Amino acid sequence: MSTPDTPNRTQSGGQKANKKSLIDALELDTRLLGMIGAFILVAIVFNVLTDGRFLTPRNIFNLTIQTVSVAIMATGMVFVIVTRHIDLSVGALLATCSAVMAMMQTAWLPQFLDLPLGHPLIPWLAIAAGIITGGVIGAFQGWLTGYLLIPAFIVTLGGLLVWRNAAWYLTNGQTIGPLDSTFQMFGGINGTMGEFWSWVVGIAATLAALAALWAKRRDKQRHEFPVKPLWAEVALGGVIAGAILGLIGVLNSYQVPAARLQRDFAARGETMPEGFTAAYGLPISVLLLIIVAVVMTVIARRTALGRYIFATGGNPQAAELSGINTRMLTVKVFAIMGALCAISAVVASARLTNHSNDIGTLDELRVIAAAVIGGTALAGGIGTIYGAILGALIMQSLQSGMAMVGVDAPLQNIVVGSVLVLAVLIDIIYRRRTGKG
Amino acid sequence: MTPLVDIRNISIAFGGVQAVDDVSIDLFPGEVVGLLGHNGAGKSTLIKILSGAYKADSGEIWIDGERATINSPRDARAYNIETIHQTLALADNLPAPANLFLGRELRTMFGFLDDSRMEAETTKIMARLNPNFKKIAEPVSALSGGQRQSVAIARAVYFNARILIMDEPTAALGVHETKMVADLIMELKAQGLGIFLISHDTREMMDLCDRVSVMKNGQLIGTERVEDVTEDDILSMIIMGKKAEKAA
Repeated sequence: MSTPDTPNRTQSGGQKANKKSLIDALELDTRLLGMIGAFILVAIVFNVLTDGRFLTPRNIFNLTIQTVSVAIMATGMVFVIVTRHIDLSVGALLATCSAVMAMMQTAWLPQFLDLPLGHPLIPWLAIAAGIITGGVIGAFQGWLTGYLLIPAFIVTLGGLLVWRNAAWYLTNGQTIGPLDSTFQMFGGINGTMGEFWSWVVGIAATLAALAALWAKRRDKQRHEFPVKPLWAEVALGGVIAGAILGLIGVLNSYQVPAARLQRDFAARGETMPEGFTAAYGLPISVLLLIIVAVVMTVIARRTALGRYIFATGGNPQAAELSGINTRMLTVKVFAIMGALCAISAVVASARLTNHSNDIGTLDELRVIAAAVIGGTALAGGIGTIYGAILGALIMQSLQSGMAMVGVDAPLQNIVVGSVLVLAVLIDIIYRRRTGKG
Repeated sequence: MTPLVDIRNISIAFGGVQAVDDVSIDLFPGEVVGLLGHNGAGKSTLIKILSGAYKADSGEIWIDGERATINSPRDARAYNIETIHQTLALADNLPAPANLFLGRELRTMFGFLDDSRMEAETTKIMARLNPNFKKIAEPVSALSGGQRQSVAIARAVYFNARILIMDEPTAALGVHETKMVADLIMELKAQGLGIFLISHDTREMMDLCDRVSVMKNGQLIGTERVEDVTEDDILSMIIMGKKAEKAA
């Protein structure tokens, strides 16, 4: 390796090494770069095809709120797939959780606890009931898989039918609504933070990200590990700050229509001052996704649970021989997945302002596709939370973009299906080349 | 002197097959005991009972003169029994530090994984075991057989094993790396560890072990001091399943 080669090869090797050292210096994940590149490409192509309508604040706002529900579940699907399982029941489980929460709000709490409709406790009790329902059902499916050794594919295929129709029985097949108005704030356009608080969140997130970068560097220095050159660290911090604040800036430039503002003022018995404008800002549902993403990333990287999830995915026998209770781990992973289905159910039903029978239909496919496009390997052991979220965003961009261009619905699905297969092929080639995984 | 490990009358059956049949073996501190036999003779199964991977149908394990209950790998570790499995038992997708500390992670004061400290500790122990080991941060799938073996061995050494079980530790290694493992076995033995060694290589076993036990069809054929027997005697025990006539 260290013996000098022919001059010619050394030179080209040197150039390559230079290019490589730049990426190494920044310690960037080339796969992440590739996915961001793919996303930017999709965005630019649709922006051209729609004469600039794709990259407007309004459409970006819509894209983010449309992505949230699938993206939240996709983060949980990463853990499921990393441990070499699959969950086909997420869409159906979302429906059951949504049904439980809708019935809590409109029927059970008012009837059994005598809480009047609109009582401030109602949305929170409903959400808690939904999350418990999702977690318990998930844990049950995890128990069937981990302890009774029924393949997850079968357990959750059965679950798909069971929970979809359990939801039907809970609601007698009716659409339940309108949901509590506080609850509806989690749906997207009905709950945004406004300009000021969006900036507050954006600046807080930026500071937290920079502090995390700094803490990591300090920690490495303390153990005398090599650190990135300072300029690389500063550049990386700059990109992260720019991305966060840029997103907030875009969302803050989407103005609430004047007619709607007037309605809001009228509802409060006030009159709108002349020339008053307000921006939507960051949707609460997107903030929820960001919180879920951070928590799931911390679990994946900084906790023993996350370490065991990845170790079990990499070599289940090794994990077991190391004293890891892989059966209980399966229960936990599916319980997390179930709880996330419930959180997605909050967002999805709040966005529709009611619970409908077909809520979450085919979401299992979107969620699995998002995780897989995001680089989660079905063979287990490999996957990232941010990848799954990016995967969900890419899928949603394709779908929305094609709808805006006016592509026929059947062709949209054909394209999305093909992209899924192609993405996995590219991933396989990438892994083979880099020898990773 | 009390034996470090005293395996008494262990039996285990899978389905109708008696994989280990009434086997008793002991091991003293600073001793290497070899387990020999054909594939399926029951060596690995016996050793997995000691390391907590299987639970014996009957029989007892005594450690330091006291009856031990080993129902899981965690129990075995509590008795300072460390095992280097034939398959190496590494999670290929994780780097060396994550593997070394798997199941026994170092934590920060908030309970999160302390990856930097684990990496630093790994660097330290690797410098001692295998100075050529540099790929600390890469997944172990990127490592050579010998380097992977060092990770598995480092795990045993780091946690102060008193009883070390090595199942075919040199099967996948080159000549140089095999020598390294042999040297290490001698070093650990000198430190007073008791080592169970499984191998197919009779020659190697005669060099490394103090005593060898031969198994066939789940039964113990016999245990001999290596200086009392020839390689041929051992081979005939393995093949014929009978104790050799002692020359002396």
